[in-house]
Order: sequence, then structure tokens, then C-alpha cells
Amino acid sequence: MALQERSLKERTSIDYTQIAQSSSFQQLMRAKKNFILPLTLFFLIFYFALPILTSYSKVLNSPAIGPISWGWLFAFAQFIMTWTLCALYSKRSAKFDEMVEQIKQEAKEGGSV
Amino acid sequence: MHGLAFFLFLIIVALTLVITYFASKRTKTTSEFYTADSSLTGWQNGLAIAGDYMSAASFLGIAGMIALAGFDGFFYSIGFLVAYLVVLYIVAEPLRNLGKYTMADMIAARFDDKKVRGVAALNTIAISTFYMIAQLVGAGGLIKLLLGIDYVYSVLIVGVLMTIYVVFGGMMATSWVQIVKAVLLMFGTFIISIMVFAKFDFSLIKMFNEVKTATPLGEAFLNPGNKFKDPLDTISLNLALILGTAGLPHILIRFFTVKDAPTARKSVVYATWVIGIFYVLTIFLGFGAAAFVGYDKIVAANPAGNMAAPLLAETLGGDFLFAFISAVAFATILAVVAGLVLSAASAFAHDFYSHILRRGQATEKEQMVAARWAAVGVSILSILLALFAQKMNVAFLVSLAFAVAASANLPILVFTIFWRRFNTTGAITGMIVGLFSALLLVFFSPNVWSPEPGAAILVGEPLFKLANPGIVSIPLGFIAAIIGTLLSSQKEDSKKFDEILVKANTGIKELAN
Repeated sequence: MALQERSLKERTSIDYTQIAQSSSFQQLMRAKKNFILPLTLFFLIFYFALPILTSYSKVLNSPAIGPISWGWLFAFAQFIMTWTLCALYSKRSAKFDEMVEQIKQEAKEGGSV
Repeated sequence: MHGLAFFLFLIIVALTLVITYFASKRTKTTSEFYTADSSLTGWQNGLAIAGDYMSAASFLGIAGMIALAGFDGFFYSIGFLVAYLVVLYIVAEPLRNLGKYTMADMIAARFDDKKVRGVAALNTIAISTFYMIAQLVGAGGLIKLLLGIDYVYSVLIVGVLMTIYVVFGGMMATSWVQIVKAVLLMFGTFIISIMVFAKFDFSLIKMFNEVKTATPLGEAFLNPGNKFKDPLDTISLNLALILGTAGLPHILIRFFTVKDAPTARKSVVYATWVIGIFYVLTIFLGFGAAAFVGYDKIVAANPAGNMAAPLLAETLGGDFLFAFISAVAFATILAVVAGLVLSAASAFAHDFYSHILRRGQATEKEQMVAARWAAVGVSILSILLALFAQKMNVAFLVSLAFAVAASANLPILVFTIFWRRFNTTGAITGMIVGLFSALLLVFFSPNVWSPEPGAAILVGEPLFKLANPGIVSIPLGFIAAIIGTLLSSQKEDSKKFDEILVKANTGIKELAN
């Protein structure tokens, strides 16, 4: 690579560290963490509750609605849970997208590009 | 009867070849070959993910398992679906923002190191190959059952078709074959489910009451514990199911076919709806087969229960529905194997050839030639392995693929995105330990060893008692990545991590416009 080209590249490259330390990016990371971490823990616990309960107890074998046991209801609840968390994520990520737009604007104006 | 099924099979073949012909006109560059030029919409990619994911194991295997074992078969349905939350919440968007063509690209975005890329590509090839052998052996057996075509020819037909799709039509053809298959599969499953439900007067209560007496299991059919007796094994399987999908290379490369992270997110959400509805319907397939086909007839056709869904179609709708569902199963197999060929070929051509061998200096034309030859090579190798494994029970290879994906790939993906301290040594140790611990544990497991001759591949006592290695190999993969990182003398590259963090979360690229 020619020297000239390299210096051009340096001038036009993005200062990622500056963006990473900017308050709007920090805010995005906090917002994401506060949303993703608790919900991920929740769905993992909700999911493993089923095999753990069915493996170590007979609790879910008792009938809930006629012949349909609690086990089947809990199994079906996993589907409801998955769809709900998908919808929640879609909704919340619209906000994240707005924050990303703002970070991009700042990066352009702030001369880090 | 074979005539009608044969005719519908020919229609599927013709339709997919037409797709491939049109796709081939738009497959001139590497970007078009590997990612369909990232031109897919959220809905298209969502359907393609569903088409890529729902293999014959899902359609025929789970229906059969529910028909024969009741509740326990449904564990697979749940795990296969909930896994998409891991994909959506943790990997989909960062992967789209960091990667270009392959899963190894994403890891290489942070660690520009040949060894890291090589090991990541090796994992991709291992996972895709296991998955492919399971699919091809299943396909050969299935087509033999459905059409009466000899196993060898069945495997060759599927093998040649998948090669044609990928070599000529690349990702564009693969995606559209998957979309068509997803629509067909949903349509077929829906029709059977409605017919089953109508036979139970559209009453769930009645349906559950009737299956209580329909099978040899009696009332126990509705309770867990018929198939999975060992609690640890159940939990181990569920671990691999929920964490495996997020590390499956053929699913991950689907995220490069859309233009940006928000579209990738949308495609996962659409896929989750489609896949979720499908897996709910597996209850109707399984219960219907148990009630209307009957245990004896299902087991007589195939001991694992793989014929439950086609036999149910025959019972409900005669020859035509049987032929239609058989054709759907055929389309299902084709779409999945095409995706697998593409993922293994991209690891060979893009990672090994273009990056490691040619150090990124290969021309566009050379890369295209390599990609096509890699696809041919992968196909030939898979066909040979499938012919060799005809007599083996290879169903466990799908769970092995999931276990390797969860043990070797997921820890690395997670740490690459989230852990500042993570380094190349940790990445390599994590991937190697995850891969080999899963492989070794399966090799010493009841899948391979059984005291009864013929029950497994080899005769003898299994050293490792669990059928699924996940509960041991997944933590090992994570621990190895952590220990490898902490023991290495490499300095933390905070500047590089800042770049990855910003890129992964915002998609800002060089020279952002």
C-alpha cells in the first residue's frame, strides 16, 4: 500500500473508541443490558423449569383441564412465552434503532469520521 | 400410488430447477453467491430460515416420536422453538453487523488471526457434515419407502440436486428453494392438522381423551418419562436444543442475506412465528398418527416412527394426500441439504482458500471458481459418507450437530461480542475443547456402544452414560474459552474491542455515509 493511501485511510477512518465512550453510546449499552439480560435469564429459567419439573417430580402430571395435564399447559406456555418475548423485543428494539441513529449522527458531526 | 407420488416429486424437481435457472443469472459475484447480494426482505428471509431449519427430523421425526412416546417427543418441538430467543436476543444482530459471508468472518472481525479463522471454519464443516449425513441417510431411506427407489439412487438424486442448486444458483437458489419448501410444509401440515382436529370434533378435550386409550402406553402416553428416563439426559438434551441453534452455521449464514441488522431481527421474528405454529401442529400430527394409524402400523413401517406423518396422510386423505405429503417431505430434505452444502462450501472456499491460503489476495473470479468447486467437493464427500452409512442408525448425528454448535460455537460468539478481555488463545481453546469434548463424549455414549448387537454401531458397554453430551461439553467449551484467555500472555486490545462493540451494536462501518 502506498504511503499516501495509508494516510488518507487514517484520516477517513472512524474513531471507535471515541464513539464507545460517548454518552449516547453508553446509554444505548445500558438500555440494551437492562432489557436483554433479565429477559434472557427469565426465558432460560422458564424453559428449564419444564424438563426439571418433569424429570424430578410428578407434579405436572395432575390434570388441569379435563384430560389435559399441567405439563401440557406448561409446554404450550413455552410457545406463548417465545412469541411474547419476540414481540417485546421487536417493540423495544425500535427504540434502540432510534438511539443508534442518534449515535450515527453524532459520529458524523463530531468529526470522528 | 407410487405413480402419483413420483409425478409430484418430478414437479418439485422441475420447480426447484426453474428457480435455480433464474437464480443462476443473478449469481455472478461472490456476494451474490454467498449472500444473494443481501437482497432478501425480512419476510423472505424469515421463511427461508424456517425452510432451512425444519428438517425431515422435525417433520417426520417429531411426528413419529410424539406418536410413539407421547409427551417426550414434544420436548424437541419446544426446544427447537425456544432456541430462537437465544438467536434473537444474543447473536442475530451483532452477527449481521460484524460478519460478511461466514460465521468465521464474525470472529475474524475481532481476531484477525489465521488460526482462529481456521478452527472456526473447521467447526462449521464438522457441524454441517454431521447434519448432512443424518439428512442424506434419512432421505435415502425415506425415498426408498415412499417411491421404492433403491437407497443408493435415492441418495444420488438428492445429492445431485443439491449440488446443482448451490453450484449454479448459490444463495439465491438455496433461499428460494427454502421459501417454497416452507410454504409447502406449512400448507401440508396445516391440512393434516385440520383433518385430525375435525375427526376429534374440534375439541382438544376429546383429542386428549381419545389418545389415552389409543396406544399401548395407555394413560402414560400423556405424561413425560416414556422416552427419557434419565433426568440428566433430559436436561442435557434440552441444553443442547436451546443453545445449539444459535451456533448452527447454516442458520447463521442466513443473516447475511438481508441488508442490515433491523432486517435480520425482523426475519428472526417472522421465522419464529412460522416455526412456532409448525411445532404446535406437530401435536396434531403425532396424536393423529397415534389414534388413526395405530402403534403397530407405524412401527412396522419404520421402527423410529418416521413414517407416522405420511401414513397419517394416507389414512386421512388416501393416495393423493399421501403422495402430496411425501413430496413435501422430499422438498423439506432438498431445502435443508442445499443450505448445508452452502455453509460447508463457504467455510472451505471463503475461509480456507480465500483468507488462509490466498491471504485475501485472490481475485473475484478465482474466488467464484473456488466456491463452486468447494460446493461440488462437499457434495461428493457427503454422498460418499451417506452411502457408507446406509446401515447405521445416524439419527443421533442431528443432536451431535446441536451439541457441537452449542459447545464449540456459542461460547466464542458470546465472548466475541461481550467480553473485553477475550483473546485469540481463548477463542482457539474454547472452540477446540468444545468440539472434541462433544465428539468424544458421543463416541463413548450409548449412541455408538450397546451391549446388544445391532442396537447401536459398536457392541460393548458405553463409557459415558448420557445420550447427549451437552450438559458436560457446553460448560467445558465456556470454561476452556475463559481459562485459555486468562492463562495467555496476550495483552487486552481495548481499542479493538471498542470497535467491535460499536460495530456490533450500531452497524457503523468504515466511511459511514
